[in-house]
Amino acid sequence: MTWSLFWSNLANAVSLGSLYSLVAIGYTMVYGILRLVNFAHADLLMVAAYAAFYGVLVFRLPFAISVLLAIVLTAGVGVLIERRAYRPLRDSPRITAMISAIGVSFLLENLGLVLFTGRPKSFPVPGFLGASTDIAGIRVTNITFVIVFVTAILLLLLLYVIHKTKTGIAMRALARDFDTARLMGVDVDSVISLTFAIGSALAAVGGIMWALKFPQINPLMGMMPGLKCFIAAVFGGIGNVVGAVIGGFLLGVAEIMLVAFLPSVSGYRDAFAFIILIATLLFRPTGLLGEKIGEKV
Amino acid sequence: MLKRTFGFGIAVLLVLAMLSGCGQKEAKEIRIGVFEPMTGSSAAGGQMTWEGIQLANELYPEVLGKKVVLYLEDNKTDKNEAANAVTRLIEQKKVVAIIGSYGSGLSMAAGPIVMKNKIPTVGCSPTNPLVTVDNPYYFRVCFIDPFQGKVMAKYAYNDLNARTAVIIRDVQDPYAVGLAQYFKEAFIALTGKTDSILAELEYNTGDQDFTAQLNTAAGKKPDVIFAPGAYGDAAIMIRQARQMKINCPFLGGDTWEAPEFIQIGGEAVEGAALSTHYSAQAPGTEAAKTFVEAYRKKYNKEPNAFAALGFDAYCLILDAINRAGKAEPQAIRDAIAATKNFKGVTGTITLDENGDANKSAVILQVKDGKFVYLTTVEPD
Repeated sequence: MTWSLFWSNLANAVSLGSLYSLVAIGYTMVYGILRLVNFAHADLLMVAAYAAFYGVLVFRLPFAISVLLAIVLTAGVGVLIERRAYRPLRDSPRITAMISAIGVSFLLENLGLVLFTGRPKSFPVPGFLGASTDIAGIRVTNITFVIVFVTAILLLLLLYVIHKTKTGIAMRALARDFDTARLMGVDVDSVISLTFAIGSALAAVGGIMWALKFPQINPLMGMMPGLKCFIAAVFGGIGNVVGAVIGGFLLGVAEIMLVAFLPSVSGYRDAFAFIILIATLLFRPTGLLGEKIGEKV
Repeated sequence: MLKRTFGFGIAVLLVLAMLSGCGQKEAKEIRIGVFEPMTGSSAAGGQMTWEGIQLANELYPEVLGKKVVLYLEDNKTDKNEAANAVTRLIEQKKVVAIIGSYGSGLSMAAGPIVMKNKIPTVGCSPTNPLVTVDNPYYFRVCFIDPFQGKVMAKYAYNDLNARTAVIIRDVQDPYAVGLAQYFKEAFIALTGKTDSILAELEYNTGDQDFTAQLNTAAGKKPDVIFAPGAYGDAAIMIRQARQMKINCPFLGGDTWEAPEFIQIGGEAVEGAALSTHYSAQAPGTEAAKTFVEAYRKKYNKEPNAFAALGFDAYCLILDAINRAGKAEPQAIRDAIAATKNFKGVTGTITLDENGDANKSAVILQVKDGKFVYLTTVEPD
């Protein structure tokens, strides 16, 4: 493999990794606080992509505005899911909430099939993002840079919120101990709602950028990316935001490089991601950055 | 007490259900099942086929003086669901014949079930040879992939002057794997060099990121890239290739013929060429004229190969029922197997010992955002 091929593969790997990271953050935040794998998270990618699609093509809104509306709408859907499907089950066994999450996921997917039909739709990509730029002989699409840039900004913002604001402190307190946090005057419900709103908004950004990079959207588009991002979150250490980002990057890079260096096994790309999941669970269940937290009573 | 009443109620319901089941057998209707991908990555193909079948049902709603009723089951572009769908058609809807499915893998998943239940099934567009081999109940109205692979290899070699090719195929789809293999064999036979296929690269159904495969392909500098697979995946792939300034022509098979291929691919798919079963722009048969006219009137758009094949599959079954003189699965099967010179929209259909049709193919090319007819290739 020549260097220029390597660099262009790396550019693609980093942008795929950034997408994984954005969505993995949502999984990890919800898990950190509620110990719940929010399976519906993946389908929010789809909700956001379709919202932006309809905003641009049906309501004829400018691209930026329909993207903003889509993010807000998706965040709203995320909060609504938490309120209707998870909050009533908060004191039930964890498995109950997880099954509820799977139910919500199926609900969203099938609602999508009914509302948007199963035929894939072409996502409108603004000219600038679809174009590509030459850098030292390597051709990279502009969306690649945008994805990395947006992910970096959002991650910094998120880290600031978590570590420097009162809400962030409350979130971290909830992740440690629900009851004590409540006794200290933390408004548990609204902090959880906010967590879902942030996680869902990130998923929305991820979903729209996913659709910009791969401009074919269908109601089941969230399934595979959702699983991959879940793997990324577990790999990085579920419950840990930085871990999710690192896990997402490593998974994206590993996937692309696997196909690039070993073309003959490229059909096993998805299997490879799941092998990472199994290996993580077997040998380092807390993930790369996860710390061991005692089971909550 | 409540429990006993409840139990009694259930018993009554069951008896009623059984009675109504008996009643259906006497009903004056003939039930034909359809299983097609109405959702999932092949949804466009299934929906186009279904449009053709419905149109045929509207034009020819009766056979043997009985009404023909269609039952549609969505196989969701999923092999497990395809098996479920035909099981439901056979067990719940009690159909006497089945039409479907777009996608060889989906048809192959249903094959053993229709064979076990002895229900004759006519595929519209599953082109992999394995669909009908060793299955006396599976037939099809389309050509098969050894021919289709040869058509595209010849086109690449003669018309595009290609001497080297790279194959990028969907490894989960028996259709794509098979067609890639036949293309490879034919291309090697034409060039006389085993190394004229520079690389065979793989991806999974529904993959969205082909940059790594395309980088490898670009490094080999092929004259053409052959990429059989679903229209959506292929459109995204070609888009990414053009963004990466890979300018060599892309060739594919009949699955590319979907409006989504052009919508998703946009300018990138201009010039992409594919083989398919039928084009309304090609000189057509008498049946084709009826079909094209009725299709334009009902759907207000140009017809496509899959609608035409769906139309043919329905008419072929009706023709068989007519010749059999009764609507029983075994009699219908025997009549279908004996089909000779059936005048369909997509050509004259004579089924061989495997239940395959030996037919011509057409080559289409994307020009100005439309599929344009290039040429017809006759079978050898």
